[in-house]
Amino acid sequence: MSFAWAKPYEPKTQLGHWIDQRLPLPRMIYGAVGGGYPVPRNLNYAWNFGVLAGVFLMIQIVTGIVLAMWYNSGIETAFASTEHIMRDVNAGWFLRYAHANGASFFFIVVYIHIFRGLFYGSYKAPRELVWMLGLVVYLLMMATAFMGYVLPWGQMSYWGAQVITGFFSAFPVVGEPLRVWLLGGYAPDQAALTRFFSLHYLMPFVIAGVVILKTWALHIPGSSNPTGVDVKTEKDTLPFHPFYTAKDGWFVLAFLMVYVAVTFFLPNALGHPDNYIEANPLATPAHIVPEWYFWPFYAILRAFTVDFILPAKLWGVLAMFASILLLFFLPWLDRSPVRSGHYRPLFKVFFMIFIADIILLGICGVMPAEQPWVFLSQIGTLYYFAHFLIILPLISKLEKPLPLPDSISKSVLHGEEAESAPYGLAKA
Amino acid sequence: MATVEQPDPLLKEDNAGDGNDGVRRRDFLDIAAVSFGVVGVGAVAFPLVNQMAPPADVMALASIEVDLTNIAEGQAIKASWRKQPVFIRNLTQAEIDEANAVDVSGLRDKESLAERTKEGKANWLVTMGVCTHLGCVPTGVVTGENKGDYNGYFCPCHGSHYDTAGRIRKGPAPTNLVVPEFEFLDDSTIRIG
Ligand code: FES
Repeated sequence: MSFAWAKPYEPKTQLGHWIDQRLPLPRMIYGAVGGGYPVPRNLNYAWNFGVLAGVFLMIQIVTGIVLAMWYNSGIETAFASTEHIMRDVNAGWFLRYAHANGASFFFIVVYIHIFRGLFYGSYKAPRELVWMLGLVVYLLMMATAFMGYVLPWGQMSYWGAQVITGFFSAFPVVGEPLRVWLLGGYAPDQAALTRFFSLHYLMPFVIAGVVILKTWALHIPGSSNPTGVDVKTEKDTLPFHPFYTAKDGWFVLAFLMVYVAVTFFLPNALGHPDNYIEANPLATPAHIVPEWYFWPFYAILRAFTVDFILPAKLWGVLAMFASILLLFFLPWLDRSPVRSGHYRPLFKVFFMIFIADIILLGICGVMPAEQPWVFLSQIGTLYYFAHFLIILPLISKLEKPLPLPDSISKSVLHGEEAESAPYGLAKA
Repeated sequence: MATVEQPDPLLKEDNAGDGNDGVRRRDFLDIAAVSFGVVGVGAVAFPLVNQMAPPADVMALASIEVDLTNIAEGQAIKASWRKQPVFIRNLTQAEIDEANAVDVSGLRDKESLAERTKEGKANWLVTMGVCTHLGCVPTGVVTGENKGDYNGYFCPCHGSHYDTAGRIRKGPAPTNLVVPEFEFLDDSTIRIG
């Protein structure tokens, strides 16, 4: 699709021809993830996580559909039906643990994918829209995960719903009516549970739609690569199939082994025990924590403790939303023409500090709102915003990047011409 | 085949307006069709959006009556109103004095105990049991629970401390615990809502 040397699709059978003239779907697949899609030949393992994310989306959809056959979204029955799945439904325990841990692993995969993009500058021109569509997927994932967590109607479900919809009440005037409208009541109740179930079922398909758009946008310039250097000649690429189907395939299996091991041996390690207590609207658990993938944002939310023009609560909510919305502007905040962090000595250092900052925020998010955690989350929040708004624009001005390789093939093959010939074209 | 030039009757009609006011019949039809479409979309969108609002049965739970006779001095109960907890506390004289001793102008949400209770019934503190930060239920109703640094209520979620008048004193909550609309039906019964 993208490069002149991409192999055109040629149907091999009569039937293939017949279909191709009527519905060129096999042609599209061939050009998207088949032999007709040339990919930089130097991709490392960090590039496996996009496909892996797609695999987890599928796992979530399949396990989710079967769970919905047993789950009951009434406030009196939701908790019991979840326990029923765990105890009585054939392999129900497996399906639910697979779904719950699948969500966590989906986030692990997506976070690695995002940090890959951050380090290798994948968000830079001409892939800004790929990055932004990815952020849309991420936002949809967060909404889906939140609503899914409410469904078992345990204590953490209920109070998570209360606290998260409470964010909206921070906005002046419209806030409280908006919250009541979202919940369909004054507190999470039947109306809220049923609509969360409805939307939780819908969202993955919306995500799948955005993923299709994202893949489409990606295939215009093609994948980025660890050097960040543009593809120049046929020598720089390999056809997606069989090279990357094989590499992705083995990596998916390897990663699934970790996922399956956690699902079978530590199924509750990533959850919270309080969610095995049925929701009680009159008593809050002593210590409310969201799921691990929200911890850094929860820390940002709680970092604001003093009123300054606006109430502290509104600042916290605005900062939390801003911390994600900011990422949409990243392609224009980091102006360095060099994509890959490998060739950016200063960027590399600050990237590591940034990772440490996210981890710090994550720890603060799970700790109770007491000193020193409040102070540390304030420092962490300040640094988070400084990284994007001050540090990145500055280092793209100050830094002297290392010399870039002439081409992808030169960088990987050290001049061994025979090896750098495209698949099937090497002179014997 | 030869084609015969024939004036299109529709076009002719369209152009007929030109000499008069510049409005073609087609313009009128366009505007009418689009307006009709917009009104139609709006008419369908409204119920779709509005169905999300609280239904009639939830609104019907809008008021409850609570009997106060069993709440001894210094004790509190939780009632449930609109599916949310309401704290009803019978303040002791010491707690009332403590609340009145505070300089109101130094508070985040400046309200005196008198403004938060009914005249002559300053001992009955009725508040929502919903933290004004993000909506957790504060502790301090049941004896032995953490009452926070100001001897009122404490919200465990993000550490908001409320005083004996249910006013925010420390922590992230922006306002005092909300006093719902209520009235005394007689000396020992209140109606909330
Ligand atoms: S909800 Fe009470 S302090 Fe946040």
